[in-house]
Amino acid sequence: MHRDRIKSAERKKKLSFQRICQLAFAVLINGYMAGFLKGKIFTGSSKAICVPVLNCYSCPGALGACPIGSLQAALGGPKRHFPFYVLGTIMLFGVVLGRVVCGLVCPFGLLQDLLYKIPIKKITVSKKIDRPMRYLKYLVLIALVLLPLFFAGQTGIAPPYFCKYICPAGTLGGGIPHLLANETLRKAAGVLFGWKTIVLVLILVFSVLIHRPFCRYLCPLGAFYSLFHRFSFYQMHLDKTLCINCKKCEHSCPMGVEVTKNINSPECIRCGKCKSVCPVHAISAGMKEKESKRTDE
Amino acid sequence: MKKNKAESQKRRTALAARWCILAVSVLFLIAGAVKKEYLEVLQKAVRICLECIGIG
Repeated sequence: MHRDRIKSAERKKKLSFQRICQLAFAVLINGYMAGFLKGKIFTGSSKAICVPVLNCYSCPGALGACPIGSLQAALGGPKRHFPFYVLGTIMLFGVVLGRVVCGLVCPFGLLQDLLYKIPIKKITVSKKIDRPMRYLKYLVLIALVLLPLFFAGQTGIAPPYFCKYICPAGTLGGGIPHLLANETLRKAAGVLFGWKTIVLVLILVFSVLIHRPFCRYLCPLGAFYSLFHRFSFYQMHLDKTLCINCKKCEHSCPMGVEVTKNINSPECIRCGKCKSVCPVHAISAGMKEKESKRTDE
Repeated sequence: MKKNKAESQKRRTALAARWCILAVSVLFLIAGAVKKEYLEVLQKAVRICLECIGIG
């Protein structure tokens, strides 16, 4: 009993580590607080650096650039070129950390995590629906790259399709604060803003019912990181010689990963919940390649 | 025994791919820096993107 209580306390401690990371990064990435008051965006040189997460650069607090927005600007802009800088940045994060950034850094992931904490009956998405739906984010990623190449306007500049029609982080972090602070923008808001607000509200409502629906089904950055996940330096390890097959890890996984079958699934956001609930400490994570007893392939 | 060999081969391939991707991403970053692509990112990021916030 006492041991259980200690374990539960430990678990809470580890979960709060994730939350602390998420909160710290959310503040760090959106640290220009004066921007929210003035309704203006930060214009310092740090905006030349892409942050590793979906965080709109038009958010008044944003100190860095959004990689997805920058990627679309490079692909659909007047100069149209191969986006070496942006691609290099996200590939670097992908190969070093994989989707750790989704689990520990992304502010929109934090928001979804908090919404899922609302005590209401949750929806369990059946595997038949869930599995094919997970490929949607790859489609979004492909469309994001291809659309600007083929569907440019008369000026030859393609709009950032994902930002314009889908991105909920842009509506929440950029659109709403700007509209609250700026009357001219409020007057200019029309059908597009209405559409984006509907998308945002739908994603937020589903976040209460399903854990991280945007990360699971729509996020193009998560899809990009998923491609590098298997090769990333940071890996999860399952020692099957210790595993007692209690499946506690799988029940606790927010992304519905079959931990005992494929612990380094592209869907894993490496939040560490499986590790914290494992009663026999069969799960570990780190940059080091485990030579012995590693059975996580 | 065969399974172990295959697994070790798999691991080696993944390790090689990992270092290759790392090298490519660093090369991309250097190429981007040489081409001053970060200035383009900066230019875009210091202006309010009307499409991103749902206006334009």
